[in-house]
Order: sequence, then structure tokens, then C-alpha cells
Amino acid sequence: MKHKLHINGQVHEVEAPPEMPLLWVLRDELGMVGTKFGCGAGLCGACTVHLNGAARRSCQTPVGSVQNARITTIENIGETVVGARLQEAWLKVDVMQCGYCQAGQIMSAAALLTHTPKPSIEQINSAMAGNVCRCACYNRIQTAIQMAAGVHEESTHVA
Amino acid sequence: MLHETIDRRTLLKASLLAGGGFALEALIPLPVRALAAPPGTLTAFVSIARDGIVTIVSKNPEIGQGIKTSLPMMIADELDCEWSQVRIDQADVDAKRYGPQVAGGSTATPTNWLPMRQAGAAARAMLVQAAAAQWNVSADEVTTSKGRLYHTASGRSLPYGEVASAAAALTPPDIGTLRLKSPEQFTIIGRSQVGIDSPRIVTGKPIFGIDTRLPGMLCAVYEVAPAQGGRLISADIEAARKAPGVKYVLPMFGNGDADQGQADGVAVVATNWWLANQARKQLAVKWDLSAAQGHSSQAYQEKAQAAFAAGNGEELRRDGDPATHMANAARRVKARYQYPFIAHAPMEPQNCTAVFKDGKLEMWAPTQAPGGGLNMIQKALGIGPDNITLHLTRMGGGFGRRLMNDFMVQAAAIAKAIPGTPIKLLWSREDDMRRDYYRPGGWHDFEAGIAADGTLSVFTDHFVTFKGSDGKAARAADLSVSMIPAGLVEHLRYGRSMMPTVVRTGPLRAPGSNALCFVSQSFLDEVAIAAGTDLPGLMLSMLAGERREIPPRDGRGPPFDTGRARDVIEKVLQTSAWTQKPRQPARAKGFAFYFCHQGYFAEVVEASVTDGNIAVHQVWVAGDVGSQIVNPMGAENQVRGAIIDGLAQALSGQQIELVDGVVQQSNLHDFQLARISGTPAIAIAWVKSDKPPTGLGEPALPPVIPALTNAIFAATGDRIRSLPVRLKTA
Repeated sequence: MKHKLHINGQVHEVEAPPEMPLLWVLRDELGMVGTKFGCGAGLCGACTVHLNGAARRSCQTPVGSVQNARITTIENIGETVVGARLQEAWLKVDVMQCGYCQAGQIMSAAALLTHTPKPSIEQINSAMAGNVCRCACYNRIQTAIQMAAGVHEESTHVA
Repeated sequence: MLHETIDRRTLLKASLLAGGGFALEALIPLPVRALAAPPGTLTAFVSIARDGIVTIVSKNPEIGQGIKTSLPMMIADELDCEWSQVRIDQADVDAKRYGPQVAGGSTATPTNWLPMRQAGAAARAMLVQAAAAQWNVSADEVTTSKGRLYHTASGRSLPYGEVASAAAALTPPDIGTLRLKSPEQFTIIGRSQVGIDSPRIVTGKPIFGIDTRLPGMLCAVYEVAPAQGGRLISADIEAARKAPGVKYVLPMFGNGDADQGQADGVAVVATNWWLANQARKQLAVKWDLSAAQGHSSQAYQEKAQAAFAAGNGEELRRDGDPATHMANAARRVKARYQYPFIAHAPMEPQNCTAVFKDGKLEMWAPTQAPGGGLNMIQKALGIGPDNITLHLTRMGGGFGRRLMNDFMVQAAAIAKAIPGTPIKLLWSREDDMRRDYYRPGGWHDFEAGIAADGTLSVFTDHFVTFKGSDGKAARAADLSVSMIPAGLVEHLRYGRSMMPTVVRTGPLRAPGSNALCFVSQSFLDEVAIAAGTDLPGLMLSMLAGERREIPPRDGRGPPFDTGRARDVIEKVLQTSAWTQKPRQPARAKGFAFYFCHQGYFAEVVEASVTDGNIAVHQVWVAGDVGSQIVNPMGAENQVRGAIIDGLAQALSGQQIELVDGVVQQSNLHDFQLARISGTPAIAIAWVKSDKPPTGLGEPALPPVIPALTNAIFAATGDRIRSLPVRLKTA
């Protein structure tokens, strides 16, 4: 079955069964491998993308259901104001260790800041609860989101 | 030195770069026996191009421990260039050129600290010499700063790139004559540097093993038996082959070595990984699972209790006369402790890309120990290292899982069966959870005797663990005979009983110590309370007196320095305000100390228990990993990660349960990892001793688990003697 997808401002046509998760269309059909595979069950958040600006687990999203959606991935999130600020903050505090989950973390954080520009720490924890970081860089994920939101003093010691 | 056995000049090789500039190869031996490489292997490679770009080759695998950034920092600082001039290339695997390339054991920092700096200093000395010749002045008059050479008297200066080609023609200096910087002269070491790959990570660039893509590549899965050591009987090959996208279905009889070889299995190769994984469901494989019959968690538990009942086990260590002193002790304390099998669960599932053509393999592997993978491929498939090109990729976590290379053998076998077609083997999360080399479970029966004066006079442990088919302790399942308090108590006995297992075991971050610290520091907390003191008080009394170095009993590893131990304990008591007890009910602090991987860590956890829920409020850490923290930003991240990882092992219910060799857990719902909401505040204090810097991937983890369980006891009176934590009152 043919699908017409709107990804990162471009139109892509792919041939795939409608139940194939968007994750595997991105990774294996289109070669967009920034979106990561972690659990295949919606438990870890590594595969997070945006559908019309909202965070979604692409491993749980059949390609047949997203034909009319605006899809954004980590490869293009830097084109948004919020995404660019998050990437900058991520580098400023150097959030990551292995880095594998960070695409998903940034995508979840971008969805949060789009709707809640000045989140409290509770709102951050709640929005990021579905994203596992096995290296446990959580202190810095919190700090980077606060920094991107402008609610973290830059002079404060980096967590 | 009158009788040099090696000409130290030959340890450096200079050459002209193609396109101009200068390359320096350093063949300086690493100062550690375990990693001894044959003479002539490359320890460092640095080049300076005409445009001033400094390129450093990183030969060790990067798993998130930050080595790809921190080792080049050592070279760049002594080279005296700017960090922004530096580019880093990941080396392929080449044992003849580089010697062992391993990420494990927190070894890279201590072994490379001196040779990396010598390599940088040698390159700098040659640039200085080249500039001196060009200016016709003495080399003593030439100084450097931020990648430029200066002759202050005449006011002249040059960027490194302009003399790099001339430097290539010079004879390298004798490394014995190089003057290294003193710590206050460092401009890169000791300053936080952002990870070299971080900009590519936040923009989603393809840098992990799983991101490898080749023209014409197909995607593969490898179905293996649900139980350890299962053998393939039959499968419905035709049904799977008819599934959408499937190109090949390949039944494979391995070499009968499920631990270090190729397990029996069925490969499904398709145009898309999800299609390959879907087609697995059609295979209807029949397995012979008899090898794992009876290998169940419940049976292991019963055998351990039977071993305790049967005696004290084989004696591994005896100091003094423990039997007499136990009998004569004023007070005795007895307790049994245990911990489960647990999985590594790195975020990136195991994967490997391979193509086999004209008798040669080319591979892209996220592996912590590529040499081990090459050996396994040679043994299982008969393809020798000379016929394999192996590219190292960045890894989505390791934690010790990627020291084992079963996924490399499987990828090589599938590629060999389809010559000319590149394949990427990828495991599902369920595959990864069920085919791990688990941290083995273990059981300890402790007894301690307290003398009339309140000192700990005798300590015994009967450890029940697992053995492999060779009769030796299973991998990562043995007792360290140096386990604290050995060496600090006059009368001591460590005994061991072993039961057979077919389950694959292996090292997990801080292997051995991650479990032994929990049991020994928790039991010593019980002993301290019985003796009328607290655990830090007991530890400090055992460490009192003149600073001394206790050599390891088994001759492996560094000595235990009582002064360094005392210093970190005293530091954390101070930073945590240990004597100030929290005022809230059911809220308390707990303490623990450990020494492993050359690092000394003392930690305090403040936790509370409300309605059966455990909350960790704050963790204080004092650590001594030598005189210099190489990259403070990376170092703090390693410690924070280790703390949260340890807390999750205790609090997230982590355990692997077995029924006839079949792992019952399957994904992150029934094997939970740490999540953001429970993240405590973590305060880190470095105690800088006079010793060279050592590694940080592991030693911060072990103490946090007993510090937590000791805090739970102090808060509630509930003594946690088994992991994961389950409250009696809950």
C-alpha cells in the first residue's frame, strides 16, 4: 500500500503495509535513523516524534494512521524556535552520556515547551516520565529544559 | 639510567602528512600488565595539518563513558593547542596496530594518563624545535600557547600549522627528556569539555551501530531457543518465507557453544526490520530445551539454603583463628543476604552489520571488546581476524553487556550465508532481555563476633554462587577474597559453595562489587549497631592508625589505601552533616563505603518511607579517583548516572526470574529502569589525593545501594537483606 507522508516539511511516498509502525518507515524505508528503536512497546520513549506538534511514540503509530499529519523528527526539530533552544541547552550542560535516548528526550521536551513555555519541575517530570535514559542523565535533562525555558539561572552550577 | 633496554627515541615515529603537515605516532607501552600489548603497538596518533587542524585518533570504544573526549584532552593539553582546533577520528579495530581496544574495568584513564600526555608533549617539542630552526634561535627561547609558537624577544609568532611540515622531518625526542605540564599549567585537562559527539547526537545524525546503512542492505532477526542452550529441531521455513518483505529464512545449527559461540537459531532476512520481526511469528520452531530443565529461580533458592545447611563451604581465605574467636566473642551477629540475577538492558538493543564477500568479512559493531568478538567468529565460523575489517561504532550504552559478542557471531554467520549481501542484524528488546549475560544472583551467610571492648574481632562469610560446566565459578560470579572488611579484621573466613548453572552470566557495571558491597556494608551496619556505634564509626575505627596500603590477597589489582578510605569517609560525613538527623518521622540517613576499580567512594543517602513508598531525597558522594579530574563535566555525569542506576537496581524491582532456563521478564514493563520523577539531588565532593587519576565508569555505583538500605533501616527498623527492596511493612 502506498502512503503519502508529510515529514519535516517534505512529502515522501512510501510503499508499506498500513500497520507498519512509523518508526520502521522512517528508519528502514526512508533512512531517517535519528529516531531510535528502544523497546518496540511504547515503554521507553526513544522513538518519540511529533504528529502535528504533539509527542507520539512512533513504534506504536501505524503508518496508515498518519497520512494527513504533519510529522516532525529530530532531524528537523532544530528548525523550530523551541527545538533550537533545547539543542543549545542540551549542549551547554552536555546532558548525555551514551546519547542514544536523547533524540526522544528532546522531542518530548519540545512538545512540552510548545504547550507549557515555563514548566515547573513537576510538569517537567510528568511530561518526561515516558522517556527512559539508561545512563540516568535526569538531573541534566531537568536543567537543560529549565535553561531552554529561561527558568534556570545560567550562573547556577551545572547539575 | 645507564642500562636502558628500550631506546625511548624509537617509541615515537614522525612522518609528513599527505597535503602537508605532520603526523606523530607514539608507541609508548601502557603501564598495566593486564593490557600489555606487544612492543610497537600504537598508543596515540596525533597529526597537525597545515591549516592548524589537530587530528587525534581515538582507539577505544565509546559507550557513553566519555573516553573519546577525555583521552584526546590529555594529548591536546600537552600539545598546548586550543580544544576547538581538535578533531577526533574513531579508529577501526586493528590488534596489530593498536593492541587491545577495550571499554571495560574503568581502566582507560589510569593506563593512558601518562602515555597520552607524553605523546602530546613530544609533538609540541618537535613544533618548538622546527620554529626555533626557522627563526634561528634556541629552542629554549620558544614558547607555546593556544596552538601558536612565540619568540618573545623578537616579538615573532607562528601558528602550529606553518611549521608542521618542517617538524615532520625532525628526529623525535627521547620521551624521557620531555617536560610535562604541572597541574596548574593545564588549559584543557580539568576544565569541562562537551562530549565530542554531542552536537551530532542532539541533531539525530547516524552515529550508533544501529544507524549503519549500506547500499542493498537487508535487515535480519535471529530467533533462538527461549531457554538457555536450547537446540533447534524444526521450523516452518516456508511459512516465514512467504511473509511480506522476506528474502531469506535460514535455519542455523550453531557450534553447540551458546555462551562463547553461535547458538542454534533461525535467521529471517527481509527488506525492513519490522517485516523480518513479524515473519518470526510464522516460524513455529520446535526446540529441544532439555539442557535447561530444573534451572529455575526457585530451585536455585532451595539449593542455596541446602548449601548453608550443609556447612561453611570451601575455604577461600582464612586469617587468624576465626573459629576460636567466634566462640569466645562477647556478642555475635548473624544474618543472611541475597540478590537476584539482573539484566544490563542498554538502550540500544544488540546489533551488528556485516557483509561477506570473496572470503572476507566487513563489519560494523557496537562492541566494548572487539577482540573477543573476532575470536568467537574465528572459533564458530573459521574466519580469521586477517580476513575481517571491523569498524567500531558509538554504542547506546554498554554497562558490560557489550563485552560479550554473541551478536557479532550471529551477524557474521548470516552474512556468510548470503555472500555479497550486506545485512544488519538487530535484536528486539525482548531478545535483548532474554539473551543477556546476566549479573548472577548470590547468597551470603554472615557471622561477626564483637569483642568485650566493642571492636569487631572476627568476621565470616559463606557465599553460595554458581559454577560453569568447567567446574570453575561462573563468569562474574566469584567472591573477591579482598572483600571489605578483609584485611581490616584480625580473624576472618570466606567460604564458597557452588551450584551448576546453564544461564549465561557476565560482568555488569562494577562487577562483583555491585552485589558484594550491598551485602557486606549492610551486614556491617548491623554489626556497628550491635557494637553500639554506627557504620562510619565502625569503618573509621577499623581504618584508624597509621596510613597503610593493604595489598590484594589474590595479587590482582591495586592495594587498598586506608588513608584514602578514611579521607572520603570523613569528607562525606562532613558534607552530609551526618550527625544531624532529619526531624521528620520515618526519614533518615544511611551510609556506605566501598573501594573498587581503584576508586574510593563514601556515600550517604537520605530517604523516607511513607505509606510503604520509599522516597530518596538527597545523596551525598565523596570520591577519590586521584589527583586530577580530567573532564569535570563528564566525571560528574558518570557519578550521577551510577548513583541513579544503583538506586534503580534496589527500588525498581529489578530481577530476572527463571523457570526451566526460560527468562520470565521480557521488556521494560517487567524489568524497570530508573525514570526521571524519582531523581534525587546529588552532591558530589572530590577528594584529590596524590595518586594518578583513575576511572569513573564504575566505582561510584556500589555504595549507594547499602547506603539506601541502611537509611531504610534507620527510618523504619526494616532491615533489607534481599534485593530488590521489598518492605515488610508495605
